[in-house]
Amino acid sequence: MNPGGIGAAIKRKEDPRLLKGQGRYTDDIVKPGQAWCQVIRSPHAAARITAIRAEAARKAPGVVAVYTGADLAADKIGNIPTGWLIHNKDGTPMVEPPHPALCHDRVRHVGDQVAIVVAETRDQAREAAALVEVDYQPLPAVASVRQAIAPGAPLVWDQAKGNTCFDWHLGDKAATDAAFQKAHKVVKLDTGNNRLVPNAMEPRSAIGEFDPATGDTTLTTTSQNPHLTRLLLGAFSYGIPEHKLRVVAPDVGGGFGSKIFHYAEEFLVVWAARKLGRPVKWTATRSEAFMSDAHGRDHQSHAELALAKDGTFLGLRVSTVANLGAYLSTFAPAVPTYLYATLLAGCYRTPAIYAEVRSVFTNTVPVDAYRGAGRPEAAFLIERIVDVAARELGMDRVEIRRKNFIGKDQFPYQTPVALQYDSGDYHSTLEQGLKASGWAGFEQRRAEAKGRGKLRGIGISTYVEACGIAPSAVVGALGARAGLYESANVRVHPTGGVTIFTGTHSHGQGHETTFAQLAAEYLGIPVEQVEISHGDTDKIPFGMGTYGSRSLAVGGSAIVQALEKVVAKGKKIAAHLLEASEADVEFKDGKYTVAGTDRAKTFGEVALTAYVPHKYPAGLEPGLEESAFYDPKNFTYPAGCHVCEVEIDPETGATEVVSFTAVDDVGRVINPMIVEGQVHGGLAQGIGQALLEGAVYDDQGQLISGSFLGYTMPRAGDLPSFQVGTHATLCTHNPLGSKGVGEVGAIGSPPAVINAVVDALAHMGVRHLEMPASPERVWRAIHDGKKA
Amino acid sequence: MNDFNFHKPQDVAAAVATLKKHADGKYLGGGQSLLPVMKLGLAAPSDLVSVGGLGALKGIRVEGKALVIGAATTHAEVAASAEVKKAIPGLAELAAHIGDPQVRNRGTLGGSLAHDDPSADYPAAVLALQATIQTDRRAIGADDFFKGMYTTALQPDELITAVRFPIPEKAAYAKFPHPASRFALVGVMVAKGAGGVRVAVTGAGPGVYRVPELEKALGAKFHADALAAAKVPATGLNADGFASAEYRAHLVAVMARRAVAACG
Repeated sequence: MNPGGIGAAIKRKEDPRLLKGQGRYTDDIVKPGQAWCQVIRSPHAAARITAIRAEAARKAPGVVAVYTGADLAADKIGNIPTGWLIHNKDGTPMVEPPHPALCHDRVRHVGDQVAIVVAETRDQAREAAALVEVDYQPLPAVASVRQAIAPGAPLVWDQAKGNTCFDWHLGDKAATDAAFQKAHKVVKLDTGNNRLVPNAMEPRSAIGEFDPATGDTTLTTTSQNPHLTRLLLGAFSYGIPEHKLRVVAPDVGGGFGSKIFHYAEEFLVVWAARKLGRPVKWTATRSEAFMSDAHGRDHQSHAELALAKDGTFLGLRVSTVANLGAYLSTFAPAVPTYLYATLLAGCYRTPAIYAEVRSVFTNTVPVDAYRGAGRPEAAFLIERIVDVAARELGMDRVEIRRKNFIGKDQFPYQTPVALQYDSGDYHSTLEQGLKASGWAGFEQRRAEAKGRGKLRGIGISTYVEACGIAPSAVVGALGARAGLYESANVRVHPTGGVTIFTGTHSHGQGHETTFAQLAAEYLGIPVEQVEISHGDTDKIPFGMGTYGSRSLAVGGSAIVQALEKVVAKGKKIAAHLLEASEADVEFKDGKYTVAGTDRAKTFGEVALTAYVPHKYPAGLEPGLEESAFYDPKNFTYPAGCHVCEVEIDPETGATEVVSFTAVDDVGRVINPMIVEGQVHGGLAQGIGQALLEGAVYDDQGQLISGSFLGYTMPRAGDLPSFQVGTHATLCTHNPLGSKGVGEVGAIGSPPAVINAVVDALAHMGVRHLEMPASPERVWRAIHDGKKA
Repeated sequence: MNDFNFHKPQDVAAAVATLKKHADGKYLGGGQSLLPVMKLGLAAPSDLVSVGGLGALKGIRVEGKALVIGAATTHAEVAASAEVKKAIPGLAELAAHIGDPQVRNRGTLGGSLAHDDPSADYPAAVLALQATIQTDRRAIGADDFFKGMYTTALQPDELITAVRFPIPEKAAYAKFPHPASRFALVGVMVAKGAGGVRVAVTGAGPGVYRVPELEKALGAKFHADALAAAKVPATGLNADGFASAEYRAHLVAVMARRAVAACG
């Protein structure tokens, strides 16, 4: 077996570079003659711009240029597009307002771009920006779903009546209504899903360059998907032919979705660079990141579950209002629709489901995909209402899940909300989670905690999600304006080293290691002999980037297809060298052998022959380099069982997560250490959402939680030592059998945490708690419970 | 951050003389309060006079019935000091939980007091222990020093040199940190000393303050049970997106009980 092949827990090849500060991030790059761009942002949530006076700024030291929305309007470019088109219930298209890179007449959220100052240094740009006077006439704003849908609410866009972007639905309403008619009991739940600020460790940054000699434009940017950015910038916001536009995303320090999207600043640095004929750079401060990176989640939902007397689920009705912010970000319309409502079946055989989603504009930063993107919202809603149902029916929380699970012999399973799950074994995952968490012995721990004055609770969630996005034909039918396949190019060098060019992008996922392990496995070579190249549209084949836990399931599959082509071509060369029939040649452990003999050629010898074809098969092209595009047949469906235990200080309401067990079915695991790390990170963010994080706007649209002083990121001390396991059933439709692991931690954990908190407080009459379950919320729940 | 001139004087007299010359200047201790404010553009001093390295402002010693701590002593030094642990263990404990390790290794006692953040920990100790603030020109009693949010009795060029803490019979600090900033959402220092029982609260209000109701109850009986039914008024307390005034008031009573319990 190859020590670096599939299943080996080898250390990440990229870590020595990244951990020693030798990474090369966008902000580390200094271009010759580079100028700095400072973005002037709106302090108002909604206002009319009545005047901009920039004369003083233009005369300030070092200032090269000041550009405003009027300059942009004159150039007739700079509209940031969205990538998905959703249709209303009546078939009409959603309201799709313009999204100018610089506002001309009106600003629509705090942080909206109004003007840019370009200067020789960053400090000069910042100081000059303070001299630009913008006159605003403030307008009434709406910041929340509640405000946006109120009768007579101020409109973010005049063309969006009731602030509605779209009013969409999925599922069979009549069948669902009929199911509710037969119900023994209907359980209801109203809940929000809190708004989150992604906060990647590296703030966004972008450098625009223009070479007047060649006419080439280069954008270096903090992107999860450089080709998508090139497509959107080249074909839509700017209009630069793609063969004259290069997008480079070098080392990127985390994204969690927030770096998928095409942002105004990417357009602005390119625009300024082309106007000025010199490189222009922008890097966000953390404060800017809070008000300009797309936020995540922000739903208000009402759900009803119809049950038979024995606890069988008969039907589910969901009505959700999703906050999209002031503009439509790249993926925004897809998140509360096809990435959310399609998952409302969960792991269960609920036969009838009907979901309505109304999405609204508000005077807030655009909301888009954030680690999990739609699936955490679905999992939270389902796993909460299932717990509520168990309590209201007097059933055991585990038993009600077991009773309604899709059985392992029922796959492929067609849900009533469009998806067909290919594989899973929810009962086994559950049993493994219960055993690993010591579920059966919990009451003893509860009693022991009570002796210490603490309220201890245990919670479970059994979730399923969809990733590996996805079949191009399917997503196209659903409104995607792009295909969603992945590409790979495997270039074998004459001496047997291999460079793999992938259209995915690594910004913390460890692709340089995991993908090298694929090559090690398929070619029988050491991982040290493999280099992974990504992130530069001039080097890599057209690819769709990294998000939605797709890189291994889709990008890895493309790599495997290309590797198999390499092996097949090598076989022809080896057969010729070994003077054997191709049918008699086998490839194993890095060697081509003639079956039943000791005659063999190593992979390296074959590679050298491909480039020095002195003795070579007639008619075969020299060289050993193969490409593949892989368009998946279906989504993949990771699932799992998360168990959380909390202890609550009843006097203060402070909640401590004392243990967390995650058993996830992510399909075939290539590197168990990387998988464990991905789950750890996801759990940190999921626990963060459940207990700590929350972006708060006041009713005037001011962002209250605009820094780390007020926005609580989870820290190591907030988390227990996780217990993480996997239980693999293989994806049936991709060559690796892998499903994806990037988001499972953030999807499964929030409901497990809240279920645990509610379990600790249930005896006081507490039925539900909103996220984040902050100390005051918990204290009030206890306080109100005691009064009741 | 805006440009500024940096001065590193050799002694206290030179430091004071330097700042006298620069009306828009500021003393810089460990920089853990002032620099973040400057980075956010909320302060833009023309000159920074660095005093964190002045030997005369360093050191921890017991003088008679008082513990004297130099103004430039870092939180980490106070937390680790054998003298502090012996004389006023609650003060060492307080210092050990200020901010994070970076803050504790750079931040200083004098800097924290001069800044007077309404959520800082040290003001509660200074007020509860009835400490005296020694400056380059006078001694200021704790009761006269704090003047509300970010405001003290210090003259613009006045430099804190040391703080004299009378050694109490018992004292302890209990804090409920804001989960994001780790500043005190509510911090309560309880001290029983020559002047009776004093209870000082930080974080909850616009500045550090004493709670006469709790002091009276503890004066009668210095035991957590004495506060079992204690209610603290919410009037005038801070309220924000994270915690209401009512919740803060509730926490004052809880933290006071815990501080008393920690006194042993």
